[in-house]
Amino acid sequence: MNTNKLLDLLRQDARLSNKELAVMLGETEETVEAEIKRLEGDGIIMGYSAIINEEKVDEYGVTAIIELKITPIKDRGFDDLAHTIMEYEEVDSVFLLSGANDLSVTISGTSLRNVALFVSERLAVLDGVLSTTTHFILRRYKEKGHIFNEDNFDDRGLVSP
Amino acid sequence: MDYERLIPKKISDIQPSGIRRFFDIAQRVEGVISLSVGEPDFKTPWAARKEAINILEKGKTAYTANAGLIELRKTVCNYLKDFINTEYDPGSEVIITVGGSEAIDLAIRAMIEPGDEVLVPEPSFVCYSPITTMMGGTAVPIVTRVEDNFRLTAAALKEKITPRTKLLILPYPNNPTGAVMRREDLEAIAEVLRDTNIVVASDEIYAEMTYNGEKHVSIAQIDGMKERTLVINGFSKAYAMTGWRLGYVAGPQPIIKQMLKLHQYCIMSSPTVSQYAAIAAMEKCDSDVKHMVEEYDMRRRLVVKEFNDMGLPCFEPEGAFYVFPCIKSTGMASMEFCEKLINEKKIAVVPGSAFGASGEGYVRVSYAYSIAHLTTALDRIREFLEEHKK
Repeated sequence: MNTNKLLDLLRQDARLSNKELAVMLGETEETVEAEIKRLEGDGIIMGYSAIINEEKVDEYGVTAIIELKITPIKDRGFDDLAHTIMEYEEVDSVFLLSGANDLSVTISGTSLRNVALFVSERLAVLDGVLSTTTHFILRRYKEKGHIFNEDNFDDRGLVSP
Repeated sequence: MDYERLIPKKISDIQPSGIRRFFDIAQRVEGVISLSVGEPDFKTPWAARKEAINILEKGKTAYTANAGLIELRKTVCNYLKDFINTEYDPGSEVIITVGGSEAIDLAIRAMIEPGDEVLVPEPSFVCYSPITTMMGGTAVPIVTRVEDNFRLTAAALKEKITPRTKLLILPYPNNPTGAVMRREDLEAIAEVLRDTNIVVASDEIYAEMTYNGEKHVSIAQIDGMKERTLVINGFSKAYAMTGWRLGYVAGPQPIIKQMLKLHQYCIMSSPTVSQYAAIAAMEKCDSDVKHMVEEYDMRRRLVVKEFNDMGLPCFEPEGAFYVFPCIKSTGMASMEFCEKLINEKKIAVVPGSAFGASGEGYVRVSYAYSIAHLTTALDRIREFLEEHKK
């Protein structure tokens, strides 16, 4: 079983059936099913979600990336604050970064006002947060390999020898 | 002006290919999902594109030697030594051409005169017969059959050889069937040809795309065949470089010498930027090729299985990026099937009849598309079949 190939296919399209995956990988359906179960059980596959072009969804709201500078705690590093922040329901993702800022926090599907309140009332006030920088996403061009631009059509002809 | 009188009959008589006719139909329908393209969906590997940018920045835009950059010819010879275990002299046995297409054109034009016969296994790519006709020669089709895995058999070949036969086209891996010739099949063909004065034009443009662990074998590798074989290949399919228009031919010096004269008067030299990019492609892009072939292979398995499951028996191709399912069970002719499919479901596949009369009853489906694109299209074909079930 070529697990990397299986993961590649799921990354491209998580809705491929086990039957389709099996044919493409030259494996039996049972083997594929078992391998996916294992990957899920081992926490390698964490879930399946859709890639949504939010510009096309009515009243979907804004997405913001908030970068934080924080003070690390002795022996614990950045983990304590990261854990606190990831528990907030509004938060989509939390990453520890290299470079000038320390944490990157994404929240989406809300209003400008809610983002402002969230940052000022819940993030900035946390012990250890030195500063925040909020970036609003203005436009999505590409996400997880999917290009959102509608002009991105196949420039090959319709029919060729 | 009487334009008709200006054009020789043998030119005006040439019919546009069946693919062209189908293209005209497809163009009239809006929102078509095509499975009809004969070129990779991948972009040219970055290393090759970067080298082209580099060469443009340096302003290396002059003509090259007629036969092509000697560095590229050496690279091609190294590649052929490695890939088909056959050695050629870069100085006298190789020409860099404008696509594999030009190499085919040169081969036929250099060798064929009125009265000569060219053997063309069918179904196959569309250009061999018209070029032969333009030279006043006769293209003699050899029908290949699904029972033989669309391979050319020694018996079928023998049957068509006459004292006038000069050239055998050997288009494998095959467009449109995806058939490949294995070593033992080539041995049998070689056995027939060895005592003749027939030359083989081996069109190996899809040679990198072989599956099921079968490595491509060229007829030039078979004992006694190098001296009677023109190996034709190019960068279009293997390196996803169709628009760069670059191919090559390697073969016996006495024929190459004549072909070079035609090339020199007609082309001068192949595109310079493309030639530099091609060196980078051959030297740096093996892993890209491997990745593309693995992708094609996954799609191939999927598409073959789907066609068989939906009741269109589909020969398992071992090369190129096409499948060639049989549509006889629908009771429709291939052109009719394709026209209805595009009008009713907006899916474009190419009628097998476009690749020679023996392609009737089949359609060519390209899998040079993303998996999402393929699964959408296959669903619609399945619906179409349900609706036309008798």
